[in-house]
Amino acid sequence: MGVFLGKTIAEKILSEHSKKDLKAGDIAVVDVDIVFAQDGTGPLAVSQLKKMGFKRVANPSKSIFFIDHAAPSPRKELSDSHKVLRSFSKESGAALSDINRGVCHQLVAENYACPGNIVIGADSHTCTAGALGAFATGMGSTDIAVGFALAKTWMMVPATIKINYTGKPGAGVYAKDLIIYLIGKITADGATYKALEFSGEAGRDLDMDERLTISNMAVEAGAKAGLFATDNKTAEYLKKQGRPGCFREIKADDDAEYENVINIDCSAVEPMISKPHTVDNAVPVSQIEKVKIDQVLIGTCTNGRLSDLRIAAGILKNHKIASGVRLIVVPASADVYLGALREGILEVLVESGATIVNPGCGPCVGVHQGALAGGEVCLSTQNRNFKGRMGNPEGFIYLSSPATAAWSAVKGYISDPREVLAL
Amino acid sequence: MMSSNLGGGSSSPEKMKKHEGYLAGRAFKFGDDISTDLIAPGRYFHLRSNLPELAKHVLEDADPEFADKIEAGDIVVGGRNFGLGSSREHAPIIMKLAGVGAVLAKSFARIFFRNSINIGLPALVCDTGMIDEGDRLEIDLRKGIIKDITKNTEIAFNPLPDVMIKILSDGGLVEHITANKGFNL
Repeated sequence: MGVFLGKTIAEKILSEHSKKDLKAGDIAVVDVDIVFAQDGTGPLAVSQLKKMGFKRVANPSKSIFFIDHAAPSPRKELSDSHKVLRSFSKESGAALSDINRGVCHQLVAENYACPGNIVIGADSHTCTAGALGAFATGMGSTDIAVGFALAKTWMMVPATIKINYTGKPGAGVYAKDLIIYLIGKITADGATYKALEFSGEAGRDLDMDERLTISNMAVEAGAKAGLFATDNKTAEYLKKQGRPGCFREIKADDDAEYENVINIDCSAVEPMISKPHTVDNAVPVSQIEKVKIDQVLIGTCTNGRLSDLRIAAGILKNHKIASGVRLIVVPASADVYLGALREGILEVLVESGATIVNPGCGPCVGVHQGALAGGEVCLSTQNRNFKGRMGNPEGFIYLSSPATAAWSAVKGYISDPREVLAL
Repeated sequence: MMSSNLGGGSSSPEKMKKHEGYLAGRAFKFGDDISTDLIAPGRYFHLRSNLPELAKHVLEDADPEFADKIEAGDIVVGGRNFGLGSSREHAPIIMKLAGVGAVLAKSFARIFFRNSINIGLPALVCDTGMIDEGDRLEIDLRKGIIKDITKNTEIAFNPLPDVMIKILSDGGLVEHITANKGFNL
């Protein structure tokens, strides 16, 4: 093992997993700790595994197929795909997370990822687990098939851009606003092939749910990973999840070399909106024209955690959603669902007029549970607003925090949550 | 490490058949930010296990007639950040299945780039600004040169990393792993 001097988090984790002293730009074969695919990418990974002649996965307890994108199956073709994953899991030894559990990224955070791990998943938002100090990155089905088979992959060590969040965010400004603001600033390819390291006192102030939101969207700036150093909040989260033993300290060296350092004063960030059809088309909600909305989505791997639903319920309590607006709420996991149920959050949401759907990806992928009609506008807490994303290229998707989404559902058009928080 | 173009690294030119190093076709021009949602729309999610059927919708949300117009060997020419978004490998697979010989862009999103090489679709970074729709292009993967026959110009493309040259030369990642019984990069 190399001597760790002047390394970023990415350089440290990749060096450890290749048993080489790696710097940004180096290419190496690395051991991977956790490998997963979902129902949109898993069947192709299975057929590639079979093509290569592999019958078993290398590391069964850390190889997972998640059925979350079209769960429960809305049509027979997808039922067949689900069947492929269920039977292959049995044959190969891999774990199966069926339709009742929730979104892969939330479940990887809750149950699998540990600080210092390498996590690869056949889903672009695999970077979510970077919030726990794991080097987590999305790949395609074939790379993931090889990961399942060998518990190895090849990587180029990314250069790192350090994001230094300073200052205190004002009322109505959340993690989602901080990451949309950043992506607006550096653009949708501003971090392509790079790792982002989120730090600064405002970064450290974020709790785990908020860090997961920020890491989740690292890929929307093109990043390979979105990493947080570990601290007592990481330790507390893992303890709460019943996995205290997997905590370890992960941080960059003080003299680590960064390609760039970007300072963001959070006190100057307002509630943000990404306008159609790119995430970097970002504006403060205060500067947006009056946009009437047909549908609001609160949930997904970006903002479907308990604290997100709690914020939405806090705003929707004693309010009804506007006539003509559909509010769809998707808890990210079964645990989130149960938590929201026990806290009375779901009651508040349903009373306000929300439609609660089962834990999973919901309408974000455009498969089911709320595809848009032509010309319709959706305000969503999801991570991406590309044309066609929600099942219709004639639809328009705006992105925001759960607070902005909840208040906008009440008003019927995109609205600033500071209006209600000031009441 | 990142220094040679296809064939210039580990794979010797004489081992490469002509069709592996030489591509020719018409240019189909697209703009910046062509997402995998535009290439393989989510509303056809149920067709992911029926790739020939999914290929009939390739790039449909960027150009509804693309699947009808494309002929084997034609070349997709994009702008910045081609292939951003979802990791769905189905996107480059159905491009290849529809007959696309190569995809050129000013830059690629990371996962799409890696997926393309893994499934054997050359993805080349070059200045695509001078190429117009319908131009006849010839690509010499070994020399790292794109010839725009219509305009009588030459455009150099950025060399691929050696590891990707190895994977592409083996025919893709499945073939690389099968032939080497593991990684041999």
